[in-house]
Amino acid sequence: MLSLIGPNGSGKTTLLRMMALLDKPTDGEIYYKGEKVDNSNAKAIRGRVTMVFQRTMNFNKTVYKNVAYGLQLKKMSENEIKRRVMQALDVVGMKKFDDRRSKKLSGGEQQRVAIARALVLEPELLLLDEPTANLDPKSMLEIERIISEIKKRATVVIATNNPFQASRLSDRVACLLNGRLIGEGTPKEIID
Amino acid sequence: MLWSIPIALGLSMREFRGKRVVKSIFTALIGMPTVALGLILYILFSNSGPLGPFQLLYSPSGIIIGQAVLITPLIVSFTVSALESVDPEIKDLARTLGASEGQSSLAVLGEAKKGATLAVVAAFNRAIAELGVAMIIGGNIYGYTQVLTTAISTEVTMGHTVLCIEMTAVLLAIVFSLTLLINLLRRD
Repeated sequence: MLSLIGPNGSGKTTLLRMMALLDKPTDGEIYYKGEKVDNSNAKAIRGRVTMVFQRTMNFNKTVYKNVAYGLQLKKMSENEIKRRVMQALDVVGMKKFDDRRSKKLSGGEQQRVAIARALVLEPELLLLDEPTANLDPKSMLEIERIISEIKKRATVVIATNNPFQASRLSDRVACLLNGRLIGEGTPKEIID
Repeated sequence: MLWSIPIALGLSMREFRGKRVVKSIFTALIGMPTVALGLILYILFSNSGPLGPFQLLYSPSGIIIGQAVLITPLIVSFTVSALESVDPEIKDLARTLGASEGQSSLAVLGEAKKGATLAVVAAFNRAIAELGVAMIIGGNIYGYTQVLTTAISTEVTMGHTVLCIEMTAVLLAIVFSLTLLINLLRRD
């Protein structure tokens, strides 16, 4: 797991958005597992990467339908969708909330739904943009617990301006400042 | 709805030169007087007009086309407004979950469906209650192109007040019951 740390405006979100292939770089190229990303393979690669945004964002639907959205796009069977959705909700501790409207949940609960929605697609790369930024301490610790579970099954890149969080969660830390990478190494090398 | 919703999606999702002008034109056309539109269409549909061969003047089809033209700016403008009130990152969210450009636009439309539904209901109410287009294009032919509004207009001039009140009550019942039903469904 890699943490991107840096002050506000250092380019963490921009970098994550480019990794999610939502934005194109103004200069340079993007490679995914050694393969150059261009118009011919962008859609396929985007299917292997998911992102959880800094602001909790959910569709105005039930928790179940939010989490199922990506699977429905893949035209999976309803039984398979249900199995995967309930499994993902179980990981984030939201199994009993499946029929609740997501907009009526607390910030922490909504963020857990967003993580489940990303998890359910079994991405190779999961990008988390300051997932605990707007949460209370209890919710933050719960999200960190979930992230620790997730990193056993996917490559995770998390943007955070909390170096202690980066130190707790990550194997590697990259430090950004004014849009440039100014250092990269273990948490001990970069933060301590 | 068939063309208005796609137009609204295009206007709200895409950036192009003159976008603000196009949006302003649609907003301005909401206030188009129905008699003015009726006159324009009369010229187009008349035998000497460019659409004369289609024999739309004094026909139900002509009324339908006229009212469709009338309500298009209403649906477009209200739907654009509803789409632009949706968090712009919803489209990015959909894309990160595997949605294509079209699917992500539909995801945004889904978030704006209450506003879009209101636009369609308001447009239907405008169409069913308008007089100018139906009178000029339809000609108010009894049993053929006479609609509730043109019938009320005719019966008032003939002094049949009670009949007019009854027909107005029917018109109001249609408008109110549909609006009420849609509002109940929206809440669900």
